[in-house]
Amino acid sequence: MNSQNFQAKTMLSKRIIPCLDIKNGRTVKGVHFQDLKDAGDPVALAAQYAEQGADELVFLDITATEDARETMASLVLEVSKAIDIPFTVGGGIRSVSDVEKLLKNGADKISINSSAVRNPALIDELAQAFGSQCVVVAIDAKQINSLWKVHLVGGKVPTELDLFEWAQEAADRGAGELLFTSMDHDGSKQGYALESLAHLSEQLHIPIIASGGAGVPKHFLDAFTLGKADAVLAASVFHFGEIPIPNLKMYLATQGIAIRK
Amino acid sequence: MNLVIIDYGAGNIQSIIHAFDRLGVRAHLSKKASEISTADRVIFPGVGAAGSAMSQLKETGLDLLIPQLKQPVLGICLGMQLMCRHSAENNTDGLGIFDVDVVEFDKTQLKVPQMGWNSLFDLKAPLFQHLPQDPYVYMVHSFYAPLCDQTAAVATYGTNYSAALHRDNFWGTQFHPEKSSRVGAQILQQFLSLTT
Repeated sequence: MNSQNFQAKTMLSKRIIPCLDIKNGRTVKGVHFQDLKDAGDPVALAAQYAEQGADELVFLDITATEDARETMASLVLEVSKAIDIPFTVGGGIRSVSDVEKLLKNGADKISINSSAVRNPALIDELAQAFGSQCVVVAIDAKQINSLWKVHLVGGKVPTELDLFEWAQEAADRGAGELLFTSMDHDGSKQGYALESLAHLSEQLHIPIIASGGAGVPKHFLDAFTLGKADAVLAASVFHFGEIPIPNLKMYLATQGIAIRK
Repeated sequence: MNLVIIDYGAGNIQSIIHAFDRLGVRAHLSKKASEISTADRVIFPGVGAAGSAMSQLKETGLDLLIPQLKQPVLGICLGMQLMCRHSAENNTDGLGIFDVDVVEFDKTQLKVPQMGWNSLFDLKAPLFQHLPQDPYVYMVHSFYAPLCDQTAAVATYGTNYSAALHRDNFWGTQFHPEKSSRVGAQILQQFLSLTT
């Protein structure tokens, strides 16, 4: 498969996706928006990003306890009332019934990570029940002796799984999208893991979301061109207002990237 | 405005309800023929795969009711596909409102599903009038309706295809207006304003 073909015959735009970490119903990691009264309110922040032109949002529940899941479900309902762009919810999802509630409350997609590795059949079950289009498989991986190894539980637990093999299995089982975070690049602000991104994008026939490493607008451009990513996810550069989304989109458009204005 | 969303099984219709709420219209979910027939506007949403969705419509007799509706009807995503003659998804016969057969994207050439924002062109009034230049809308689908006489908007993914269809009082969008930001809201507003 030649991924250049994907570019040539479609006007499908590349997506910019801010990621919000949620703990007990509040955004964490700190958000510095001058015009937000309450930077911890995920609904206000989501509305702000939608207004600025974000193409999608991802909400990651980093508590993921039983209580937090209930909080998350009601948060999803509030977000869905407030915004008119698609959003994905991840964190602590283990079953079809977990997903049912989130989708019913208005989430468009769900993201699974550790639970998919521990129980790969969950991907098949979710794809069967709700369709591949709402199943995002997230993979955190790190290079060890030049091999990309999958890590679980927010990167804390290493496995022997190879990134590319696991990604292939996830796609074969019915994942509709792959969210790849390079732990080596995450937080570095030195750019995305371009080589492995391009590898994934050429290997799989599902969209790839790049995550981890954005520092300057050029990094987003590289993720799309050299990394052949379909979408890019970032957190801090957006939350701290370092890269305003309208400016980023204008920059990418002038560089010839198909971007929704 | 009495707006009814056809309820034919589990599915994500919350976003559609919220989108109309933002326009100041409360949508009402119903599977009752009497309520659907007498509504001012009807939304036919998409749920899961074509085969199981069509069986659910048949079980409830909605497959016979929908083509008879006289008020403006909007099929969204799979809803639009089921309004076509046939779908390659589960080899399913549709409602035959639109004279076109739904086929699958070429997986050897394209990433499938198509997922994300694509722009529309060759737009047909009145549903798609006065939109901004290169209106981007949110698409998530693996199957599509080729171009035909009833094409009401075109998008390109590997090939030019029907991003929307129109016949008489029936409209269908392959994209999700309820998730398509301002452009989507404008289309839904124009659907509410249709005079047909």
